[in-house]
Amino acid sequence: MEAFFSAAILCDQLINGLTIGGIYALIALGYTLVYGILFMINFAHGEIFMFGSFAGYAALTFLLQYGFTEQRPLASILAAFLAAMVVSALLGTILERIAYRPLRRASRLAPLISAIGASIFLQNVMLIIIKGRMQVYPDLLHETFFEIGWFNISNFQIMIILGSFFLMAGLYIFIQRTRTGRAMRAVAEDRSAAALMGIDVNRIIMITFVIGSALAAAAGVMVGMYYTQINHMMGFIPGIKAFTAAVLGGIGNVPGAMLGGLFLGLAEAFGVLFMPAQYKDVIAFALLVLVLIFRPRGILGEVVSEKV
Amino acid sequence: MKSPAALLRKIPPAVLLSAVIFSAAVLPPLVGNYWSQVLGDIGIYMMLGIGLNVVVGFAGLLDLGYVAFFGIGAYGYALMASPQFGMHVPFWLMLPVCVALAAAGGALLGVPVLRLRGDYLAIVTLGFGEIIRVILNNLDPLTNGPRGLLRIDPPFLGATPINNPQRWYYLILAGVLLAAFTADRLNNSRIGRAWIAMREDQDAAAVMGIDILKYKLLAFTIGASFAGAGGAIFAARQGAIFPENFSLMVSINVLCLIIIGGMGSIPGVILGAIVLIGLPEVLRGTEQYRMLSFGALLVIMMIFRPSGLLPASRRRPAAAAPREPE
Repeated sequence: MEAFFSAAILCDQLINGLTIGGIYALIALGYTLVYGILFMINFAHGEIFMFGSFAGYAALTFLLQYGFTEQRPLASILAAFLAAMVVSALLGTILERIAYRPLRRASRLAPLISAIGASIFLQNVMLIIIKGRMQVYPDLLHETFFEIGWFNISNFQIMIILGSFFLMAGLYIFIQRTRTGRAMRAVAEDRSAAALMGIDVNRIIMITFVIGSALAAAAGVMVGMYYTQINHMMGFIPGIKAFTAAVLGGIGNVPGAMLGGLFLGLAEAFGVLFMPAQYKDVIAFALLVLVLIFRPRGILGEVVSEKV
Repeated sequence: MKSPAALLRKIPPAVLLSAVIFSAAVLPPLVGNYWSQVLGDIGIYMMLGIGLNVVVGFAGLLDLGYVAFFGIGAYGYALMASPQFGMHVPFWLMLPVCVALAAAGGALLGVPVLRLRGDYLAIVTLGFGEIIRVILNNLDPLTNGPRGLLRIDPPFLGATPINNPQRWYYLILAGVLLAAFTADRLNNSRIGRAWIAMREDQDAAAVMGIDILKYKLLAFTIGASFAGAGGAIFAARQGAIFPENFSLMVSINVLCLIIIGGMGSIPGVILGAIVLIGLPEVLRGTEQYRMLSFGALLVIMMIFRPSGLLPASRRRPAAAAPREPE
């Protein structure tokens, strides 16, 4: 049979899939970390990602005004990432303190509804700040494409793929090698036993929110630079998809979320070759339903047995 | 300390019920067209709330894709009673068909997800709701895509078209009463008791011989059928429907009104709809801060009164229910 798709198209989609997959994975990590420790879906995580994107935007426009970005574009981008991660980390901590901590002993529905409320609240705060207008990210890097063999890859895509892999590797090392990382794993395993061993559980939960939010903020800046347009509703769809990615990989499992994100990104990128592009969003949900039916614990699933 | 719920229970239910129905019946001429319209909106949400309450409140299954069945009911009627296919089937003929279609949708969703629980169930149903919305948005030959379906026929009572807010109000009120009555009978039936047992402890219920799969499926099917009726009424009343009428926000609003009102309690759901759908309307002047305060209200409510305004009497207090897995 004649090749149905040219190698160049397949390579393009591979790059697109890795790019968008890296972004999904970064957001998914926040869901999985919080779920692993608190067993709750942080529904407002998509809004943390959105706030991160806006914080990066604010930092970039500020630097642009003072002419700093022309001289040092790379330093400005790093500053934008840093600003976004700090703002989101703070926001995540506040959210945990106000909306989730008082509900730790409540029934499972209460934190979910509280998170939905927080998500609506944050969306509307941003709506008021930006007065309902879509914002356009300053174009610093000027998208340029490189051709390497069949691959046609832009500098943005290189930045996103490398950046997300770098952050994921950093997180993995943090969780596996550091004292705090070990404490996080202990709290995820058994909160009360961890407390008895002298771990400050509240501090660990706070750190979890800080890390998850900072990663989502990094994804937010990447999305802003890649797609250029941002608005107050931008957190919703990526949030849901990242959650899907977390479930695909096995929720509560850190490498699983990374794998799930990349898998989902690739599935969407290759899926559009077979079906109309507007059904792209269905792929994620169809995958989710299939995985939950046939392998409810996700690809790398462990734990997550419901206690009798 | 006496909660409002405890005070309400002192009044004989029959007296309370007649008072509520009577005051509801005389409202429209007093409040005029605009508020009759708002009350109609509240009524549709009451029907949806009563239906979702069967799934979430009685059976304890967290469904975030409830809007899908609302959409099925609405599009079911709109397709058969608009110029889209040039068909004009009467409303009263289509209403049971829409109910059946939505119920079939509920069963269809129910079968694959029956083995799931808790958050997993929530997220799969959410996905189902989104899939339906994307289909409505993109299946142009059938649904006319984002342009929606226009000029949907109003229902007729004899020769009178139901085409103004006050007439609609009475039709919706009748619908709400019927829905509340049905749900109340279900709650106090053998099925309702099986649901409650399943909600409080699924494994214990299974050991006691309750067929979990059957009752879960039944909850999904019955819950969805209420949404199907609500959808048909919504489509006929609006006269035009668009895919964005069926976004996740509808599911979330309905879920929130159940939780604000008091899960598993029918008076609670009714109060919840009044508070949640009516209050933003009262706050219209402060447009910008409307949704903002709505979000904040949800958080505050969960912290200070997680069991809702009028909690069901036959339910473990939320604070005592252990979080799983702990």
